[in-house]
Amino acid sequence: MTQMLSLHRAPWFWAWMAAFAAFLATWSLSVGGGGGGMALLVAALTFGSFSVLTGLGQMLVITMGPGNTDLSIPATMTLAATLSLKLMGGMTGPVALIVLAGLAAALLIGAAVGVANFTLIRLLRIPPIIATLSASFLYQSLAIWSNRGLRIKPPEVLADFTTGRALLGMPNLAWAALAVSVGFWVLLNRSGFGRRVSAIGQNPRAARLAGVPVARISAMTYVICATMAGLTGFLLACFSGGAALNMGAEFLLMSIAVTVIGGSSIAGGNSNVPGIWAGALFMYLIVSMLNSYGLGAGVRLLLTGVIIIAIVAAASGRKG
Amino acid sequence: MTRLINPRLALPVLSLVVLIVAVFWLQPRAMSYVGINLLFNLAVPIALATIAQMIIIMVNDIDLSMGAFVSLAACITAAILPVNPALGVLLLAGCVLAYAALGALIEIRQLPAIVVTLGMSFVWGGAAVLILPSPGGTAPGWLVWLMKSKPPLFPMAIVASVLIATVAHLLIMRSSFGVRLRALGGNARAVSRSGRSTVALRASAYGLAGIFAVLSGMALVGLTTSGDANIALRYTLLSIAGVILGGGEFTGGRISPVGAVIGALTLTLAGSFLSFLRLSPDWQIGAQGAILILVLAARLLVRQAEKRA
Repeated sequence: MTQMLSLHRAPWFWAWMAAFAAFLATWSLSVGGGGGGMALLVAALTFGSFSVLTGLGQMLVITMGPGNTDLSIPATMTLAATLSLKLMGGMTGPVALIVLAGLAAALLIGAAVGVANFTLIRLLRIPPIIATLSASFLYQSLAIWSNRGLRIKPPEVLADFTTGRALLGMPNLAWAALAVSVGFWVLLNRSGFGRRVSAIGQNPRAARLAGVPVARISAMTYVICATMAGLTGFLLACFSGGAALNMGAEFLLMSIAVTVIGGSSIAGGNSNVPGIWAGALFMYLIVSMLNSYGLGAGVRLLLTGVIIIAIVAAASGRKG
Repeated sequence: MTRLINPRLALPVLSLVVLIVAVFWLQPRAMSYVGINLLFNLAVPIALATIAQMIIIMVNDIDLSMGAFVSLAACITAAILPVNPALGVLLLAGCVLAYAALGALIEIRQLPAIVVTLGMSFVWGGAAVLILPSPGGTAPGWLVWLMKSKPPLFPMAIVASVLIATVAHLLIMRSSFGVRLRALGGNARAVSRSGRSTVALRASAYGLAGIFAVLSGMALVGLTTSGDANIALRYTLLSIAGVILGGGEFTGGRISPVGAVIGALTLTLAGSFLSFLRLSPDWQIGAQGAILILVLAARLLVRQAEKRA
C-alpha cells in the first residue's frame, strides 16, 4: 500500500503521465483520419522500441557520471547494419544460420566499436564526448566505403519478424525491446555491476577508494552501449528493408532525450529503466501529434528541439 | 609579441607548416596568389566558427549545434538580408541574443551544454528550413565583393585569417572582459565569490560566440553566393577539431585564439591535401576523424616527454 502511495514519487511517474497525455492528445486528433487508438499504440511501440534500445545503452553510459556520453551511436548503428546485411546478403544455406550469423555480426561489430571507443578514451585520456565523436567519423567512413551505395535487402524472415505482431497483437519489436529492458533492469538493480556503475556515477573518487574497478566497469558500459547500438541498427535495417547511411541520425539526440525525460539523472549515478519506455513513447507521440496538426518539417523540428530543452530544463539537477 | 609565440602554439604551427610543404610538394602550381587563395578560401568561415566554438569550450561547455546555427545564419543572410536588410539584421541580432539566452539558461538551471545544444541544433535546423525551404537565395553584393576582393600582396583568405586571429586574441587574451570569461572556465566558484554574476558572464560568452558564428554564416554565403539549410552542418566537427588542433584544452579555460585560427587553416588545407592524394571521397570524413585522433595522441606524447624532461 505504501508503495502505491509513493508511486508519484518514482522518477519515471511523470514521464509516464506525460506519455499518456501525449497519447490521448494525439489520439483525439487522429480519430478523424481513421487511425484509431490501436494503430497509434502499435506505431508508438514499434518506433519507440528503437529509441528504447539505444536509450538503454546511452543511459548506462550517462549513469557513469559527468562527461560520459556516447556520440558514436548513429555511426555504430549504420556500420553494424551495413556490414551485417552485407554478410547475410552474400550467404547461402539454412535461413536460421544466416539470421544467426547476421545478428552475431551486428552484435560483434557493436562490441568492437565499444572496445575501440574505450581504448581511445583511456589511451589518449580525452573526454568521452570527443573520443566517441572523432571515432564515429571513422565508423561512418567505414560504413560508406563498405556500402558503396548498394541497398541490400534483409532476409524475408527478418523483415517479417520486425514488422510482425505475433503476440497479443503487439509488435514483435516491442516484445524484444521489453525482454532486453527486463535484462537491463536486473543488471542495474540486482547485480553488482549495476551497483558499481551507480557508485562511480555518484562519486568516482569514493568508488575507486572503495575498490570498484573503475576502468573495467566503464569499459563494460561503453561496450554494452555500442552493442545495443549495433543491435538497434540491425533491427532497424531489417524493419525498413535495408541499411541507409543516415539511418541512425535521429538516435543521437533521441537516446539522450529518452534517458533524461525518463528521469535518469543527467549528472549520473541514477538510472531507471521504466522511464526509458515513457520517454521513448512520449517522444514518438509528440512528433506524431505535431504531424497530425499538419505542421511542416521546419516547425516540427523546431518544436521537437524546444520541447526537449524545456523538459531538460524543468527536470534539471546538478550540472553534468 | 613574444607572448604570442608560446609553447602551446608550437604543435599547431608545426602541423600547418608540414601540411603546407606537403601540399606544395604534391601540387607546385598551388604556390601562387591564386593557388593560395583557392586553397584557403573556405578557411575564413571555418576560422570564424572555430573561434565561436573556442569561446564555448573556454567556459567548459561544448556546442553541438554550431553547424546548424551557422547554417541558419547563412540562410538568413542569403534569403532575407538582400531582400529586406533591416529585417535581416534584426533576425541575425535575434540569433545572437538567443545564443546569449541559451548561455544564461545553461548557467541558471545548471544544464549540461551538450544536451541543450543538441536540442538547439533541431531548433536552428527547423528555423533554417522555415526561412529557406529549398537551397537558393542570393548573397548581398557587398558581401560577395568583400569575400572575393583581391588585396595586394596577400590573398583575402590570409588577410582575413590574420585579422580574425588578431581581433580574437585582443578580445579574449588581452581585454579584462576576456580574462573574466576565461576565469569562468578556470574556476567558476572563484568568479562568483569575487562578486561577478556567472549568469551574466556565461550569457556574454555565448553571445560573443553567437556573433562569431553569425559572421561565419555570412562569410560562407559571401563565398558560395547562396544558402542551404544544411550548408554548414559539418562545421560542428570542424570547429571542435579546429579548437583542439589549435592547442585548446577541454577544461579550465585554457585556449588559444591564434591557435584556433591556425587549426582552422590546417583543417581546410587537410581537405585539399586529401583530395590531392586522390583519397576516395568515402574516406574524407573519416580522415578528419583520424587527424583529430592523431593530433590528440601527438599532444599526449609531447606532454609526457615534457613531464619526463
